[in-house]
Amino acid sequence: MPAAAIMARELQKRYGETVAVDGVSFEVETGEFFGLLGPNGAGKTTTLEIIEGLRRPDAGEATVLGMPSWPRNPALRPRIGVQLQTSAFFERLTAAEQIAAFARLYRVPASRATAMLAAFGLADKAGTRVEQLSGGQRQRLSIACALVHDPEVVFLDEPTAGLDPQARRNLWDLLRGINADGRTVILTTHYLDEAEVLCQRVAIMDHGRILRCGTPAELIRDAGAVSRITVESGRLDADELRKRFPEATVREDGDALVIATRDPGTVLTELAGRDAVRGLSVRGATLEDAFIALTGREYRP
Amino acid sequence: MTGLLTLARALAVGYWRDRLALFFSILFPLVFLVIIGGLFGGDTTPRFPVVVVGEVEVFDGLPPQTRAQVDQVLRISHSPDLAEALEQVRRGDQSAAIVQQGSEVVVHYSAGDPTAVGAVRGVVDALVQGANLAAAGQPPRYTVAAEPVEDESLQPIQYLTPGILGWAIAAAASFAAAVTLVSWRQNGLLRRLSLSPVGVPAVVGARVLVSLGIALVQTVVFVGVAAGLFGLRLADSWWLAIPLVLAGTLAFLSIGLLAGAMVKTVETANIVTNVLVIPMAFLSGSFFPLSLAPEWLRTCSLVLPLRHLNDAMQDVLARGVGVASVLPQLLALLGFAVVCSAIAVWRFRWEDA
Repeated sequence: MPAAAIMARELQKRYGETVAVDGVSFEVETGEFFGLLGPNGAGKTTTLEIIEGLRRPDAGEATVLGMPSWPRNPALRPRIGVQLQTSAFFERLTAAEQIAAFARLYRVPASRATAMLAAFGLADKAGTRVEQLSGGQRQRLSIACALVHDPEVVFLDEPTAGLDPQARRNLWDLLRGINADGRTVILTTHYLDEAEVLCQRVAIMDHGRILRCGTPAELIRDAGAVSRITVESGRLDADELRKRFPEATVREDGDALVIATRDPGTVLTELAGRDAVRGLSVRGATLEDAFIALTGREYRP
Repeated sequence: MTGLLTLARALAVGYWRDRLALFFSILFPLVFLVIIGGLFGGDTTPRFPVVVVGEVEVFDGLPPQTRAQVDQVLRISHSPDLAEALEQVRRGDQSAAIVQQGSEVVVHYSAGDPTAVGAVRGVVDALVQGANLAAAGQPPRYTVAAEPVEDESLQPIQYLTPGILGWAIAAAASFAAAVTLVSWRQNGLLRRLSLSPVGVPAVVGARVLVSLGIALVQTVVFVGVAAGLFGLRLADSWWLAIPLVLAGTLAFLSIGLLAGAMVKTVETANIVTNVLVIPMAFLSGSFFPLSLAPEWLRTCSLVLPLRHLNDAMQDVLARGVGVASVLPQLLALLGFAVVCSAIAVWRFRWEDA
């Protein structure tokens, strides 16, 4: 049984009157892809920075690979890779020079830098200065720099913030690849779909606290979120369906019938038996439903 | 060591590609040298323009040698028209109009410039008295012999070169330290590096190394141009300029580090270093000799590192003094660097609060 790659216990951090992190505890297993999900100001970044060793917690303790994050531990530095929210680059260097500089700082061969540039689809941008890269290219370069020394634990702070949908999807593929190589990845995000797609486990944060922690499927189910099944209404009688599935909500919507249920499997089987699946669509519950259920308010990133 | 050299390389490449920084640290000071050298250089004493109206015997019959001496002080032009000449004096185009009426030489002058009036009257009086003596047929009883003396005052190029170079080094080093610190703090590179195997000493060391290199390049280019084009003569002890420049750069870097530790944005860092460096340059005699300044100002300026660098650089580049003479200044520069850096370290922040 591998030890936890990351352990956070009762972390607390306040800035003046504001409590940024208020008793956060969780563990991340080795090789796991873990997400801290929440709106802006929820305390995700501060939590991440405490674990990285950038900030000293007011109370509580964090360990990475079994070693305390604070005081800063030189032995830990080569084993972790960090991508900060701002893309921290040397001014006026090209993409290739940038990652080569980081390779030298971590004493890894230059060939490794070239390979990382290619792996992140930046080979044709090697000679472009960092100032001239697009937002997506900068993020990819920033993550490539964080990975150049092949770290065991990777910290990503909002890696897809500000990217267009296409660039986000490209980056998701790369991030899955990082984790597939056996690395532990922890990321913060305020995109519900991103957490759902990428993370094996998610901690939903708000106001400096973790509200719930689990797999995306668990969170959705535990939140009592419902699936919405839509079919053409011609073959079915709404009242009869209401009697058949008392727990479900059945609503006629023009020539469509919408069945909201916590148990979509049974309903779908029944519909299939009656050959009533024309125009069928199923919208599953999402983390957004889970968030609303947990906080009682709309999700605003 | 690898970390230090890697960071130094990144900084050096970034500096080389920053055309504006290159211009301001290397070319701009040369432009300054040309302009200020042009203002002070060549004729150190101005010649006064006078217009001679009609025939004036004391001017017209001068032997060539005397005429050459007069020309050193006056720039003589001729005009047939007294009214027009007087108008030129009124406008300030001429210092005086000289006209002969019978046996009387009349000097019409504007009261606006007493120095010019004194000079013109002195010359005319001397010429008239010489003419009177000649007319009397007596040999003169007294004569004057003038002998130049090598004095402490320097030709303009000899003090302008160390002065402007000192200002250029001060501006480049303090600006570089402040901007590197602020921009790396702003874009998170400082925090990113704190999580990499390199430590703070490597980050600071890289900045120091690159700035020392830039200062040496500035010195070579600047002294080279001053010697090649403007006739700067280097004294035997010129090599002492190297340790002085390095010590001065450390002092100015510490000013920049302190400024960078106090402000948040690159723009403010830029303004603060300018506000510090430009007055310091004037008060340290970079652009004009401090002998023109009042005594109390000269005493106050002793707290400025640039004052010590300028004094010492003039001594070694132009006057050729030995190591012992500039040792106090060298120690003053290093002492300033230590004190100022200590305050900067105390005020250091990894990120904006």
